Amino acid sequence: MGKIGIIIQREYFSRVKKKSFIIMTLLGPVLMAAIMIVPLWIAMQDKTVQRIQVIDDSGLFQNLLQSDEYNQFDFTPINIFTAKENFYSTDYNVILYIPPSIIKGNYNVQLFYKKQPGVSTEMFVRSQLEERITDMKLFANKIDVELIKKTKTKINLSTNKIEEDGKSTQTSTTVNMFIGFVGAILIYIFIFLYGVQVMRGVIEEKTNRIVEVIISSVRPFQLMMGKIVGIALVGLTQFLLWTILTFTIYTITYTVFLGKVDNKIEQIEKIKQSQLEKGPFNAPEEIKKMDSSEVIQIMRGLKQIDFVALFLCFVFYFIAGYLLYGALFAAIGSAVDNEADTQQFMLPVTVPLILSFIVAQSIMQNPEGALSFWFSVIPFTSPVVMMVRLPLGVPIWQLATSMLLLAAGFIATTWLAGKIYRTGILMYGKKITYSEILKWLRFNS
Amino acid sequence: MNLLLAEHIEKQYAHHKALDDVSIAVQKQSVFGLLGPNGAGKTTLIRIINQITAPDKGELFFNGEKLQAKHVSQIGYLPEERGLYKKMKVGEQALYLAQLKGMKKSEAREKLKIWFKRFDIYSWWDKKVEELSKGMAQKIQFITTVLHQPQLLILDEPFSGFDPINTNLLKEEILKLRNEGATIIFSTHNMESVEAICDHIALINQSKKILDGNVKEIRNSFKKNIFEITFKGNLIAFTNALWTGYELLNTKSDGDYTIAQVKTLSSNNPNELLKSVLPEVEVHGLQEILPSMNEIFISKIKEQNNLQHG
Repeated sequence: MGKIGIIIQREYFSRVKKKSFIIMTLLGPVLMAAIMIVPLWIAMQDKTVQRIQVIDDSGLFQNLLQSDEYNQFDFTPINIFTAKENFYSTDYNVILYIPPSIIKGNYNVQLFYKKQPGVSTEMFVRSQLEERITDMKLFANKIDVELIKKTKTKINLSTNKIEEDGKSTQTSTTVNMFIGFVGAILIYIFIFLYGVQVMRGVIEEKTNRIVEVIISSVRPFQLMMGKIVGIALVGLTQFLLWTILTFTIYTITYTVFLGKVDNKIEQIEKIKQSQLEKGPFNAPEEIKKMDSSEVIQIMRGLKQIDFVALFLCFVFYFIAGYLLYGALFAAIGSAVDNEADTQQFMLPVTVPLILSFIVAQSIMQNPEGALSFWFSVIPFTSPVVMMVRLPLGVPIWQLATSMLLLAAGFIATTWLAGKIYRTGILMYGKKITYSEILKWLRFNS
Repeated sequence: MNLLLAEHIEKQYAHHKALDDVSIAVQKQSVFGLLGPNGAGKTTLIRIINQITAPDKGELFFNGEKLQAKHVSQIGYLPEERGLYKKMKVGEQALYLAQLKGMKKSEAREKLKIWFKRFDIYSWWDKKVEELSKGMAQKIQFITTVLHQPQLLILDEPFSGFDPINTNLLKEEILKLRNEGATIIFSTHNMESVEAICDHIALINQSKKILDGNVKEIRNSFKKNIFEITFKGNLIAFTNALWTGYELLNTKSDGDYTIAQVKTLSSNNPNELLKSVLPEVEVHGLQEILPSMNEIFISKIKEQNNLQHG
């Protein structure tokens, strides 16, 4: 094995064996799963039936409030005081008291409870009351309530991409955006997290003073690259483990919770197919409704994305972007004596990275504009920005240009960083300035 | 036969010249002392020999061949500012450094075991470096420097941080390595250790070599014809005996004896000196006082600095 291999090995194993690495690797997917599952679980917990005792002293709402699955209104003609007194001997969860003053426009309504009802119950009660009052006001002004209701419209926009060859595919922009954004965030975090690790590693070697011993055996460039590559492998290992673990958890959740949805899509496609033969407008109302429901749209969008190609691109931008910035972080580490001094040099490195993240958000507004193009081609911003664009479809020539420039970019920064690094690691006790670094670049050692 | 030859080395940094036409020749199987005050250019020269930096001008030869990358495995370097990975285990770390020098892992492990046992530190194998004291870490550092049996050992201030017992242990090891065939370049400010272990020296000051040669010859060439006489008898009679041709520098009494330092002015013959004093006092000892390396060091550097500023 070459010397660079020995260095990579040490950098890799010294980090992978750390307790913090193992804990983070296991905890990451669990946290992610928790983010996915906990709201679902909470939502399910919330679904106990609330029995609401309504005491309507205004007399306006008699039997006008409509119960649903989880909230049952029950109008009782008793006094509020007796109701409150007897609350615990009844099986009502909540008392809704509507005072007579509501007729005069004083919209204060009271809710009494044994146990705090969920937000959904409160919202349900509020919206029911508001809707009734709106209806009554419309009615009082001689406006047809049914007409108003008919004018309310909800559009389901299904997006379709037409390729040059005329092939049309239904896409889901929202889902694509989301997936691209997640990829971009991952790259952004990865570069920052592991770039800073490279920098710390270099500073550690420098302050430990072991660096001089090592570079009497290997060339400084080998040490720098060994470190960058070793840490990249740590990151990839962590990412791979996260993916596998998250995927496992996802599959389990998918089969348990979303399997039914998948069946429905197939069902709809089949019916659609048979309907097409008969004529487009004969589809049963229920199927039409289901077809446009949001969950189905999302699921269809997910199925449309070429995950293999996307994953390969992701890995490329992940690695190349990291190498580009990793070399710069190594150069920063070599130029300073301790972490506190890194501030002034961190700025020019972090600005393009943060900028790309900001741009990524505005790209969602206009995925194929000039801003999107330039930022997804310039090496310093392309790893993050291109990731957002990828699931939305990027012309091959743009992707190729972006990848080539990024490769050239990381070769350039590595070369530059190597020059700074080999001088920097042997400099001690001196406050390094930018002009000093420029001198290092000009003078060959 | 020279193991290392450096010819007319020059090195310019952005702000100053670190080495100006420095040449050294290091004989095989000798201890070569590289001396000089801080900032003289010693470390730069050592880094050039280690191929950490390249000289602007001049050439280096190792065993007659032009110095090149493959010679790295023939050199062991202990820098002045040294350290180890704090979080790494001692054994693992020593293995790592040995592998970087081109040793096979299994071979390195075998040799490390022998060294660790010899230094009585075998029980530290699985300890982290941060758990060790400074002196303990120094021992490990020394072992990793010599483990791959380099032909040339470069030790920059090897004794700093060692207690007297370990300093002695290290001195013995250095001489033993030399006797087994190694050549050692030894950079230091500690002049006592120079007299004890160096065969040759080069003195560098302000980027220039100002003195080099065999240690004994240098001391002889700097001698000031001073003799120390230990005697019993009358001091006045002794003084009278040295009336012409001598200068009595100082005297001190040590019980029944008197110890006097005498500088000869005309001839540098101890027999003449003895003849003059024998009739007057009972002589118990006579010894020529050679200047210490420390004195030579200081006087040479003052001389050069005065030349430059005066």
